[in-house]
Amino acid sequence: MSARPLSPHLTIYRMSRYCLLTSFTNRITGMVLSAGLLVFIYWLAALARGARAYARAQQLLGSDMARVVYVAIIAAFAYHLVAGIRHLIWDTGRGLEKAQSERSAWLVIVGALVLTGLCAWWAFRAREGAV
Amino acid sequence: MSAAHHWWVQRLTSVALVPLAVWLLVSLATLPSLDFVTLVSWIAGTWTATLLTLFVIIASWHSSLGLQVILEDYVHDQGLKTLSLVLSGFVHVLLAAFGIFAVLRIAFGSPL
Repeated sequence: MSARPLSPHLTIYRMSRYCLLTSFTNRITGMVLSAGLLVFIYWLAALARGARAYARAQQLLGSDMARVVYVAIIAAFAYHLVAGIRHLIWDTGRGLEKAQSERSAWLVIVGALVLTGLCAWWAFRAREGAV
Repeated sequence: MSAAHHWWVQRLTSVALVPLAVWLLVSLATLPSLDFVTLVSWIAGTWTATLLTLFVIIASWHSSLGLQVILEDYVHDQGLKTLSLVLSGFVHVLLAAFGIFAVLRIAFGSPL
């Protein structure tokens, strides 16, 4: 365990700022999603406890604060999904040239924004239809 | 776990999570409503219960591996590092167990 390699060798490996930004954001969004998993399991456990427990949990899960958290989780998921697919493509040895990785960094940012926008649009539409 | 094995499992879980997470989000977004009865009968379906269990296991695993790397990189104090790694591992196993139990409990029909 102690002999495992560490990652950000920022003093000896000069990452391009795009690479740095996208890599850092992937870690941050990953942590947000870990917190999201916690919320998800809490939600599942509340459902498993029965209707009354779920109604109690909904006071928390249905609050405005919670809605902000859901938006953050959706945005983090959109980013982590697109950036993760970029990592998987890198793992096949493709797209590693500097110009390519700069281009894909932009693709990741734009892709994540578009995906988040689509989700927001969908959620808004669904809610409008429900009311 | 060796570094190469860690790397490989992180990739395997991420490949599995692409369809699983997208399925989960799309399913939740397209459910007719999010009230108790709708959700419980959705989760109790064979496919949903199976895929949800897989999602809980694989997402917890992926999260555990990812957080481990972050802790190793940024917690510099050796004692604190070991403590945080052990804690993160335990919490993730607990989360996974909790999630699996919840899905099974709903699927086997006790909450209704």
